[in-house]
Amino acid sequence: MLDKANEGSNSKSMSIIATKGTLDWAYPPFILGTTAAAMDMKVTMFFTFYGLGLLKKELNLKMSTLGNPAMEMPMFGMHMAMPNIIGGFPGVDKGVTMMMKNLMAKKGIASIEDLREAAVESDVRLIACQMTLDLFEIKDTDLIDGVEIGGAATAIEVAANSDINYYM
Amino acid sequence: MADQTLDAKGLNCPLPIIKAKKALKGMSPGEVLAIESTDPGSVADFAAFCRQTGNELVSSEQSGDIYNFEIKKT
Repeated sequence: MLDKANEGSNSKSMSIIATKGTLDWAYPPFILGTTAAAMDMKVTMFFTFYGLGLLKKELNLKMSTLGNPAMEMPMFGMHMAMPNIIGGFPGVDKGVTMMMKNLMAKKGIASIEDLREAAVESDVRLIACQMTLDLFEIKDTDLIDGVEIGGAATAIEVAANSDINYYM
Repeated sequence: MADQTLDAKGLNCPLPIIKAKKALKGMSPGEVLAIESTDPGSVADFAAFCRQTGNELVSSEQSGDIYNFEIKKT
């Protein structure tokens, strides 16, 4: 399993711990994971806490402007941030999520579904955190095929054997 | 010239790299993949990709808004 992805000349390896499950924060781990795999690295992604949701068969990723004053969306030729008091109204998250998805599509940015598929195709090792499965009562049958189950020791062993380790 | 071409115009990071890798996977050593991209970031990225994978970046040129790359599979 470990050396399956290593078909090229690159002997380096990368591990990523993905802890966040919102639409925006789903990108960094999947972009770096799929790109490293494309560069012939052995890649392992460990999904824990809210990051575990990124392995669910049905992805329904959302995002919020709440608590994120750095989020300024390009609109009407300028950049607009949303005040928290408005971001808290029902339906605003849904609208912001839709706006982000539309913007991403317009800019030729891959969907998380596509990046995840690329990760699976390039033999990225995907590990779901057992403790998080228990905590949030998620069944392993809710997750996409090919996912391994593991704990902290599994993640640390992978990290100990990787050249690059990211926590996201 | 090129044995295969990849139109990556309009695609953003990391799609040009991922699609290029996919195309190279199906090619034989010595064959050349020509890529067209509109992503300015792909200039640095294809150079890094080739350094890391050992494939040869035969050319990297810009004409207008289009970036042209030729990668020889090793």
